[in-house]
Amino acid sequence: MGWLHEIPDPEIPVISIVELGVIRDLHFNDTTLEVTITPTYSGCPAMKQMEDDVIKKLHEKGFDKVKINTVYDPAWTTDWLNEAARLKLQNYGIAPPEGTKDKSALLGEPKSVTCPRCKSKQSEMVSQFGSTACKALYKCKDCLEVFDYFKCI
Amino acid sequence: MNEILFKYLLRISDSGLILAQRISAWTGHGPFLEEDLALTNIALDLFGRSRSLLDYAGKLEGKGRSEDDLAFFRNERHFYNHLICEQPNGDYAQTMLRQAFVDAYELLLYTELSKSKDTTLAAIAAKSVKEITYHKRHSFSWVKRFGNGTEESFTRLQNAFHEIWPYTGDMFEPIEGEAELVKNGFVPDLQKIKADWEKEIKNLLQESNITLPENVYMHSGSAKALHSEHLGFILAEMQSLPRAYPDAKW
Repeated sequence: MGWLHEIPDPEIPVISIVELGVIRDLHFNDTTLEVTITPTYSGCPAMKQMEDDVIKKLHEKGFDKVKINTVYDPAWTTDWLNEAARLKLQNYGIAPPEGTKDKSALLGEPKSVTCPRCKSKQSEMVSQFGSTACKALYKCKDCLEVFDYFKCI
Repeated sequence: MNEILFKYLLRISDSGLILAQRISAWTGHGPFLEEDLALTNIALDLFGRSRSLLDYAGKLEGKGRSEDDLAFFRNERHFYNHLICEQPNGDYAQTMLRQAFVDAYELLLYTELSKSKDTTLAAIAAKSVKEITYHKRHSFSWVKRFGNGTEESFTRLQNAFHEIWPYTGDMFEPIEGEAELVKNGFVPDLQKIKADWEKEIKNLLQESNITLPENVYMHSGSAKALHSEHLGFILAEMQSLPRAYPDAKW
């Protein structure tokens, strides 16, 4: 698992794919190293890149036989991002998810997201859909900066 | 039973695939940048979901057909997508109203499918529910905005309604043998979904100032793979590359 920590998320290079929570399991089946991953969003184009990166990294480390298994259950959730990963996202300029327990996200009420630059709580949603499948677009009403918000799912 | 489940999987995956192909046509043509991105994101979710479903359908069929084989090497008469998914995009009001009808339907359907006795189908459905929640919030807010905006936006929504409404009944047509899947706890009864869907859509239309007409003729046929004239053109474009170069690899 340690080596996989060296693989950055293809879209958000400050966090690793392990921190992102997509690597669910690693084990040997006979002589084949099987890696179980779960997709963030069904159609996320970065998933293929992650699979290729995992295979490449493990080949470099001397594992010739590597197999990727994709599982859907349990479905990936932003709750799997740990505190360290959230902080890294924030320092990178992406507002981290504010927990799936916040049901206002599902009810469509506007909610305040902390601006990753000036830390103001006065922000508004510009679009529910952002630069990648996992993000929404927000704008800070204080520093006027537009920023990405990692959506809760 | 597997044969019926295979066809059922085609029905739900084809619907996502064809709608995704349709709304992808807005890429680079959206009314403004954020909407362009929104539709591209939604199309990606639908493509992704259909990939997972087609992959599973291929394995269930057991004839060695991959997700790509099923997407690119079947003809119109072997596609089971709902008629509403293949209807033209029209203007933005039409695209959004079609999306709202489909999103409301899918959220109800996939919520039920996430309780399916088929664990693979249930897992894919559970994942999809999270995504559809976002899609629906987006399309519903647009329909309400069109309905309560200007005279122009309302007229466009009203015209879109007349175009799209006659294709909504087809979503509730079961495939042959579906009752058996329902009986065994694999898939929900569409009649139950229909009651909830009608309630929700009535509210949406009321909030958007659209009056629901009675006794509208409803098109049907997709459960038997009978389609409107549009599907052939969609497939011709979508399938052209793999058919011209069958050995091409990404």
